[in-house]
Amino acid sequence: MKAHQRKLDIKNGCVDLSHGSGGRAMAQLISGLFHSAFGNEWLARGNDQSAFDVAAGRMVMTTDGYVVSPLFFPGGNIGSLAVHGTVNDIAMAGARPLYLSASFIIEEGFRFSDLKMIAESMGEAARAAGVHIITGDTKVVERGKADGLFISTAGVGVVPDGLDLSAEKARVGDRVLISGTLGDHGVAIMSKRQNLAFETEIVSDSASLHDLVAKMVTAGGEGIRLMRDPTRGGLAAALNEIAQQSGLGFRVQEEAIPVKPGVAAACELLGLDPLYVANEGKLVAIVAPEAAAAVLATMRAHPLGCDAADIGEAVADDHHFVQMATSFGGGRIVDWLSGEQLPRIC
Amino acid sequence: MKYADEFRDKEIALGLANAIQSEADPQRPYRFMEFCGGHTHAISRYGLEDMLPKNVRMIHGPGCPVCVLPAGRIDMAIRLAERPEIIFCVYGDLMRVPGSQGASLLKAKAKGADIRMVYSTIDALRIAEENPQRQIVFFAIGFETTTPPTAVMIRLAEKKQLANFSVFCNHVLTPPAMQNILESPDIRNIGRVEIDGFVGPAHVSTIIGTAPYEFFAEEFGKPVVISGFEPLDMMQAILMLVRQGNENRHEVENQYSRAVKRDGNLRAKEEVSDIFELRDQFEWRGLGQVPYSGLKLKRAFAKYDAEARFDMKELRVADNPACECGAILRGVKKPVDCKLFGTVCTPETPIGSCMVSSEGACAAHWTYGRFRDHQQRRAS
Repeated sequence: MKAHQRKLDIKNGCVDLSHGSGGRAMAQLISGLFHSAFGNEWLARGNDQSAFDVAAGRMVMTTDGYVVSPLFFPGGNIGSLAVHGTVNDIAMAGARPLYLSASFIIEEGFRFSDLKMIAESMGEAARAAGVHIITGDTKVVERGKADGLFISTAGVGVVPDGLDLSAEKARVGDRVLISGTLGDHGVAIMSKRQNLAFETEIVSDSASLHDLVAKMVTAGGEGIRLMRDPTRGGLAAALNEIAQQSGLGFRVQEEAIPVKPGVAAACELLGLDPLYVANEGKLVAIVAPEAAAAVLATMRAHPLGCDAADIGEAVADDHHFVQMATSFGGGRIVDWLSGEQLPRIC
Repeated sequence: MKYADEFRDKEIALGLANAIQSEADPQRPYRFMEFCGGHTHAISRYGLEDMLPKNVRMIHGPGCPVCVLPAGRIDMAIRLAERPEIIFCVYGDLMRVPGSQGASLLKAKAKGADIRMVYSTIDALRIAEENPQRQIVFFAIGFETTTPPTAVMIRLAEKKQLANFSVFCNHVLTPPAMQNILESPDIRNIGRVEIDGFVGPAHVSTIIGTAPYEFFAEEFGKPVVISGFEPLDMMQAILMLVRQGNENRHEVENQYSRAVKRDGNLRAKEEVSDIFELRDQFEWRGLGQVPYSGLKLKRAFAKYDAEARFDMKELRVADNPACECGAILRGVKKPVDCKLFGTVCTPETPIGSCMVSSEGACAAHWTYGRFRDHQQRRAS
């Protein structure tokens, strides 16, 4: 006999502790909300894990946690962000992303309607990227023990034969390419933070970059040394990381670095530097000089790379400095960020 | 970006750089101190040092009110913030400033203190209204620029009859500190201060005007140019200082005439003088005790004074004896002359005031300019 069960009241209901207890309520949440949002054959089997075929050659795997505040921001939400971020970590190896896992830690009292919106945008982002969310987990914690919702993901992908992107392949004279304007995601998030509401039309750049990467790899071949997505810590952190790993330095031109006027203005207002502000749909590529023009043209022909720019070059430097010629005519270092970037009082 | 790009024009900058180059006498040094960290930040961020002749040197002064806040005042703030009944409201850049033994408000927050980062005084008042059962303390800090908003906040708290609101007052004044840089007992130990002029902080002067620096310029015979914070402002101010030097003048000149008047903002000054009075002494990190350089709430507003309300005891913490901040922010030494610089003292683990915030002399040199040390070493 089929037990009577009340439907999830998506419009007015909220998550309570029973939805993480492993009982019927949890099963209902998973099947009623997540499965319908992610819908695929692997999840439909309802196992604790999902088996999938392994391609020949090299695979990549990544894991990431999403604790963004606020959960909804102009241009996306924590769900789409989780998919884009994980897909991009895989894509930066030049790999084709295949499967994702998603683990949810939900605070008691979180509204079903918000959860549904987040799950649906995850499903949508995954479908758009051609990846499948094939396994997951749901935990509910007491009120006050999580900031609404945290998402952890893992992802796997497969690298095309013969491709091996790595920082140690960078050489003096290589060009530094960036796929578009900096700081859009960070400023979009800040514009919605409590206490910091300012009017802006800037939306997050959150996007999956694997298609752009695939086209760049086709255009640049072995000329592409490595790629990195400049997320937390922005372009500054990405270039310093690459400088340390490659044993080189970088010299970039401030004038060549694309920043939207709205982002520049918000940063000006808050005393922040766009070079350190997070991005979620941009990449930095270190490319051999002879391949740079073709790769750049390919990037610009792609909707996610239309503002791509050649911003500088790799140089020999024992100190692994990232130096910048300022648009004003002087020079400076673009150093690692010290702690969190905090607004200044003066 | 309207109202910003106009002050960052490369061609005009090159014109000013050429004017400085041609007018600065190569036979003499020009040592100008920019008092304010906002100027230091502009110099570093735009790489202005590269555009000046070798004999025109910028000396990075005390920096910002955050950098010069002594460790003892941070310790006092932490003790206050740790009290369970208190919600402690602070500006973001105070969170990482070290107190004694590596303590900071950021660490106190991690241990459970209810510390909220705010972006304006109004945010603190709103928190007080929303939490009538808690005590809300606002960490008031800043030069003359941020003092009027604190005064307005106290007026509003009074109007709203907020009984759960008070201010931990750390407002400081620039002219007494400038005087201390040139004339204090420490100079006997540090050595001769060689400063040929000051770039005065424009934001401060939007409130107090240029007049307070006139006595100062006459008394010490040093030219002062009140300058804005855009790179072109700085370059123009440096040119004005070079000209004063060449003409043996020592006057107060106003480069930031688009916002600064001789008498400043009368209304703001009135608000401040209604609510605040001078402290006899106030300690500055790196400068020590500076007479009449800090403000406290007048007795009539004692109920909004956290130091009185919570019976706070003044805490003093001795600076690291190896720290050369006192000499660096007087221009007697450079950051690299300090043996702590870049070894134990870095932006991640700041020891002295010059490294505390990104606007301090050492932090700015470490973060933006230290490649020049390596270039110079290679050249020599």
